Amino acid sequence: MTDSRPINCVVLVKQVPDTHNVTGEVMSKDGTMNRGALPAIFNPEDLNALEMALEIKERTGGTVTVVTMGPPKAANILRDSLFRGADKVVLLTDRRFAGADTLATSYVLKCAVEKLGGYDLVLAGRQAIDGDTAQVGPQTAEKLGIPQITYAEQVIEITGDKITVQRALDHGSEIVRCTFPCLLTVVNTANTPRPANVRRQMERKLAAVPSEYAAIRTQWPDFESDEALDAYLTKHDLKIPVWSADDIGATEGSIGLAGSPTQVHKVNFVVLESTESKTIPANAEGIAAMIAELVHEYIVG
Amino acid sequence: MTAKNIWVFIEHTDDHIAEVSLELVGKARELADQVGSEVVGFLCGHNVEVLAQDVIAHGADRVILAEHEELALYRTLPYARVAIEEIKKREPEIFLIGGTPNGRDFAPRVASAMKCGLTADCTDLQIGDYYVKKEDKTYKNLLFQIRPAFGGNLVATIVNPHTRPQMATVREGVMRKPAADAARQGVVEKITPTFDAKDLVLEVLSHQFRKSTINLKDAPVIVAGGAGVGTADEFALLRELANLLGGEVGASRAAVDSGLIEKVHQIGQTGTTVRPRLYVAAGISGAIQHRAGMDQSSKIIAINTDPNAPMFQIAHYRIVGDVGEVLPLIIKTLRERAMDQREAE
Repeated sequence: MTDSRPINCVVLVKQVPDTHNVTGEVMSKDGTMNRGALPAIFNPEDLNALEMALEIKERTGGTVTVVTMGPPKAANILRDSLFRGADKVVLLTDRRFAGADTLATSYVLKCAVEKLGGYDLVLAGRQAIDGDTAQVGPQTAEKLGIPQITYAEQVIEITGDKITVQRALDHGSEIVRCTFPCLLTVVNTANTPRPANVRRQMERKLAAVPSEYAAIRTQWPDFESDEALDAYLTKHDLKIPVWSADDIGATEGSIGLAGSPTQVHKVNFVVLESTESKTIPANAEGIAAMIAELVHEYIVG
Repeated sequence: MTAKNIWVFIEHTDDHIAEVSLELVGKARELADQVGSEVVGFLCGHNVEVLAQDVIAHGADRVILAEHEELALYRTLPYARVAIEEIKKREPEIFLIGGTPNGRDFAPRVASAMKCGLTADCTDLQIGDYYVKKEDKTYKNLLFQIRPAFGGNLVATIVNPHTRPQMATVREGVMRKPAADAARQGVVEKITPTFDAKDLVLEVLSHQFRKSTINLKDAPVIVAGGAGVGTADEFALLRELANLLGGEVGASRAAVDSGLIEKVHQIGQTGTTVRPRLYVAAGISGAIQHRAGMDQSSKIIAINTDPNAPMFQIAHYRIVGDVGEVLPLIIKTLRERAMDQREAE
C-alpha cells in the first residue's frame, strides 16, 4: 500500500468559538451575543486534518508540524496537537494580524509554511466553524503555488512522488492522484481523531509560549524566574516557537485589515426566536393567507 | 466594452448546467439591469457549446466558452488558469460562483491569484453605495454580499470596495431560477486555452456519482413527518403535499423508528442535513438533533398539536393543530390556486 520515502506534513489549524453550541445563554433576547460565554475549541475538521497527517506519518515516517495563527491563547490547541502526536508546533501571533479576512490569513500561513520549508504535504480542515468559508485552504495552496485537493476523505496510496486521494463530493466521490508538494483540505468523515496520548500529555504538559510563563510559575513555584522557566522549557524542547509578521517576512500591506479586501459593511443579529414568526390559525383563511405570502416570496411556485 | 460586466461561473455535469448556475444568471441579470452592464456566462468544458444557448436563454448577454479536452471534468488548476487569464484580460466587475463543492474549490483559488475579495456562501446579493469614512469617499454600485456568519447567528453584509472582481459564492436554491427564453439572443465567444505541464499535475482516476432515488439535499421543498404523524394515511398526505410542491418527503428519527418510513428519509444530525427553500415540519416536536439538520431552511412551517413544541421557536409559520386536519387544508388551497391559474391562462 505504501512504498514511500518519509513524508513531511504541515497541518494548519485554528482555534474557534464553539458556534455549534450556541445556546440561550449566549444569545440574549435582543439578539446580541455574549462571546465570552462561548468556549474556544480546536476547529473540528482541523482535528481530522491532524489525524490524517499522523496516519501518514505512521505509514511513511516523516514529521508532523502544526501551525496556527491566532492570539496567544491559541497555544491551547498547539499543546493539544503535541499531546495527540505532533512533533513540532508554531504559533503565529502579532497584533498586526488582527482583522484578517481569508486572503490575508492565507498570506500569513503561506509565509509561515515557506519559512518552515521542506514540506511535502500541507493539510487543513475543509472549513472552520466560525466562518464556514472553506477558502483559506485553497488560497494558501495558490499562494504557495502548489495544487490543492479539497474534501479529502481517504489517502489511498502514497509513493515517493505522488499521493492518491479520495475526495468526498456532494453527489459522489472522486479519486485523484497528484504530485508532491500539494495541499489537502480534510472533511469530517475522513477519520476519527485520536485523543490525547496520556504519556505524551504527561511529558509535554508544560509546553508553553512566553506569555503563559507567569501563569505557569503560579502553578509551579519551583521556577524562580521567567528566565529559569524559559531555560528549562528550551532544554526540554517544550518552548513553543512564536513567530511575528517580521519573523516570517510578511509584508505590512498584505496582513491584517490592510491586507483584507473584504470589509464588513454591517452586521445584523439573528434572534433565535425568529421575529418574523407568525401564528397561523388552523383554518382555510389562515392557510390561504400563508400560501399567498409564500407565493409572493417565491418560496412556493 | 466588456468591462464592468457581471460574470457567472457555469458549472455542468453530464451535459446539464447546474441549477445554481442558472439561478445566478437570473440574479446577475437583475443586478446588471440596475447598473446597465452585461451578464457574461463563463463556461469551461469539452464539447459543451450546446450549453451556451441555455445560459443565454436564462438571461446572459454573452458566453465565454473555453473548449479543451483537458477541461472535460472540473479540475482546479486548468479551470482556474483559464479564468485568471480571462479576468485579467476583460476585467469583470463582479464574478458569481455557485456554492457547490467545485465552486467553492474554484473561487478561492481564483480570488487568491487576483488578490481580490471573496465572500462565501451568500444568501442574498444587492447593489448599493458604500461610504468609507477614512477616505471620505462613497463607492457607488458595489456588490453587497449578504451571508450568515458565526454559525448562523449573525447576518453580515460584506463589500469589496478596492479590488476587482467582486467575487461571491452563493448557496444553492436561494435565488430564483428565471424562466428560459429560447428566443433570447446573445454572443458566444469561443476561446481555445493552452496549458502547461504544471496545470495538469493532478489526474482524476475515477469519478462516481451516487445514484439515489431520493435526493433530500437538492429538494427545494421538504415535507417532513414526525411522531405526530401516526398513520400510513397521514404519511400519504405528506407525499401528496410534497408532490404538489415539487419536493421530497422527510422524516424525524421518531417517524423512522415507528417503521412508517425508511431511514433514507431521515433528517437531522444522524440523517441528512438539508436547507430547502421551504420545510414543512408536520408533527415534529423539534429535538435539537433534528433541528440541527434543517434549521438553515429558508422558511419553516411547523404544525403541531402541542403549542410548546420546540419546533415552533424556529418556525416562520406556526400552526397549532392536528396534522390530519391541517395538511388537507394546505393541499386543498394549493390545488385551488393551481386551478385558478390555469383558468387565468
